[in-house]
Amino acid sequence: MFNFVKHRKIWYIISLLVILPGLYSLITRGLNLGIDFTGGNMIELKLGPDITIQQVRETVNELGYGSSRIQQSGNGTYLIRTKELQEDESAKFISNLQAKLHDVKLLRNERVGPVIGRELTMNAIMALLIASVLMLIYITFRFEFKQGVAAIIALLHDVLVVIGVFSLFQIEIDSAFVAAVLTIIGYSINDTIIIFDRIRENMKTRKKGEILEDLVNISLWQTLARSINTVLTVIFVLLALFFLGGTTIKTFVLAMLIGVSSGAYSSIFNASPVWVDLKLMEKANR
Amino acid sequence: MRWSKILTLVIIVLVVISVGLTAAAPLSIFKNIKWLPWGKDIVLGLDLRGGVHVVLEAKDTATSKVTEDTMKKAVAVLENRINQTGVTEPVIQRQGDRRIIVELAGIKDPDKAVIDMIKPAFLEFKTQDGQTIVTGADLKDAIEGRDPTSGQVEVNLTFTAEGTRKFAQATTANVHKPIGIYLDKQLLQNPVVEEPITNGKARITGYTDLEEAHKVAILLRSGALPVQLDVMEKRTVGPQLGQDSLDRSINAGIVGIIAILVFMLVYYRVPGAVADLALIIYALIVFAIFIGIHATMTLPGIAGFLLSLGIAVDANVVIFERVKEELRFGKSIRSAIDAGFKRGFIAVFDSNVTTLIAAVVLYYFGTSLIRGFAVTLSIGILASMFTAITMTRWMLHLVAGTNLFKSAKNYGA
Repeated sequence: MFNFVKHRKIWYIISLLVILPGLYSLITRGLNLGIDFTGGNMIELKLGPDITIQQVRETVNELGYGSSRIQQSGNGTYLIRTKELQEDESAKFISNLQAKLHDVKLLRNERVGPVIGRELTMNAIMALLIASVLMLIYITFRFEFKQGVAAIIALLHDVLVVIGVFSLFQIEIDSAFVAAVLTIIGYSINDTIIIFDRIRENMKTRKKGEILEDLVNISLWQTLARSINTVLTVIFVLLALFFLGGTTIKTFVLAMLIGVSSGAYSSIFNASPVWVDLKLMEKANR
Repeated sequence: MRWSKILTLVIIVLVVISVGLTAAAPLSIFKNIKWLPWGKDIVLGLDLRGGVHVVLEAKDTATSKVTEDTMKKAVAVLENRINQTGVTEPVIQRQGDRRIIVELAGIKDPDKAVIDMIKPAFLEFKTQDGQTIVTGADLKDAIEGRDPTSGQVEVNLTFTAEGTRKFAQATTANVHKPIGIYLDKQLLQNPVVEEPITNGKARITGYTDLEEAHKVAILLRSGALPVQLDVMEKRTVGPQLGQDSLDRSINAGIVGIIAILVFMLVYYRVPGAVADLALIIYALIVFAIFIGIHATMTLPGIAGFLLSLGIAVDANVVIFERVKEELRFGKSIRSAIDAGFKRGFIAVFDSNVTTLIAAVVLYYFGTSLIRGFAVTLSIGILASMFTAITMTRWMLHLVAGTNLFKSAKNYGA
């Protein structure tokens, strides 16, 4: 039987190799914040088949919105991100576009003021902290404090992986990304708890002289099929949503895909081994 | 063989199939039944049927301060304006001290509706030397119409008793002089008073069509906004994108669900088939709860629902793995099922509580769309625990009781 716990240093190193580049990118370049955070308007249009992105750019320039970012979002659909536009201004902008590009259908027009953006960032950080503390309390109550700490470390791992990857590839984030991160920690901790539950049970019947590392390793093996199967079913749904689902939740689904995969890894390769290390530290200090 | 148990099982399968079919009614024979498909009663969010979500914030100005009283009045004015445009089920709610959230679904030009909605609509009649005679507050009614002789479009105003008195006084004093009609400080007309007007009626002309006059009449009838409202956030989704998102989500959902069903069946065999049946029952229960509590289904909400399927399956997976282990220890199928459920459920419960914590926090801090996600995820988690311990367990016993599958191999062990 392969020993997961024995080789834990390797798993820690793999985690660091994934997290560190992302963290470096996060510090040096930050995240690609969408209008939900920065404020502004995001207008999505469906245009006639003979219109090119070049024409869209020129027209937007002509109308005096040269600083806008324009991007093709699908078949004949374009995203235009401008500074925040007042209601009259955005109505005029769209009707001017309609006059110049003719066959224009407004798919969506989102306006976010800078105040809302700041609130979102604050709320996201608050939500993350509060959720983590509540989970720590619950795990301490049902299991033990050290397992709570190990579980929180594993979920921070997942959050860092997701944020790191989004920073590394400069994928634009919106408010749904915040929801994805919170759901990921819910999922990741879910996996971890199933394993901890097995450890808790095996501790009760622990034989004298059985090494903690072995006990944890057996618990990991006993829950492995479940860990893999559950992640697979969630990934089926996510892949279906990613390839077939609505375009506006792509970011959310992508973040979930990365997070759920990272969560599966961290609950097997990080959470329980970290707990073993915490336990061994306690022993050494005695 | 226990025929009564087999019969029960067959009945369950038939009931589930018929409830499932009537939910979405893909069969043409249901076309003429009014209340079918019952799934149509689900409330679709703005992002799925098109509409606009606006967050308005009241601002203090030189002339008016934001107070609890002015906010209440502002909400009442908005309600008046929106209800008269014929929008079905608008949402108008206060958020905090200064904010009002408005959601309008299924309107043709949402952006234009927002512009009209936040117009102050402050009407004034002023004399030549700038004195205010009457304002919108003195109006009893405003109705659009056509002049019977000239055919020109107009808005007919009727003043209150007090307004009539003031207007009569002013027109008497200003015969042969102009009186300016101002809407939001913009001069609309400047007609010359020919004779004193004592019947309390006046009219505004100069509109291109009845629709334009209709909009102005609504604004005047509803009264002026007591405070200035600024748009803090606005999300408009065109009907085309909404329909597209809905179609795509349904497609993705079907593919995702089928993948899960096939996987469970292949990997867990007999229990897998039971879990599949339980999963379909679970989905129908959740669907019925959404309709029952009038939860609004948004795009993130659908994602939450589909992810909760993963959780529902997980509960079964955890328990089945336990049952398999018990079988390997040499227990009989029935006692293995009982032991597996007993031990597996503790793990399922603890792990779901932590996910529920995340969902509740998300609800508390989230915007309305994200709340839709948090709600469906929470309902999903609770319903999945319920179906796992009741439905799956009962059906698994039923299947074992039929004695059709005696070998432990059928249970994947």
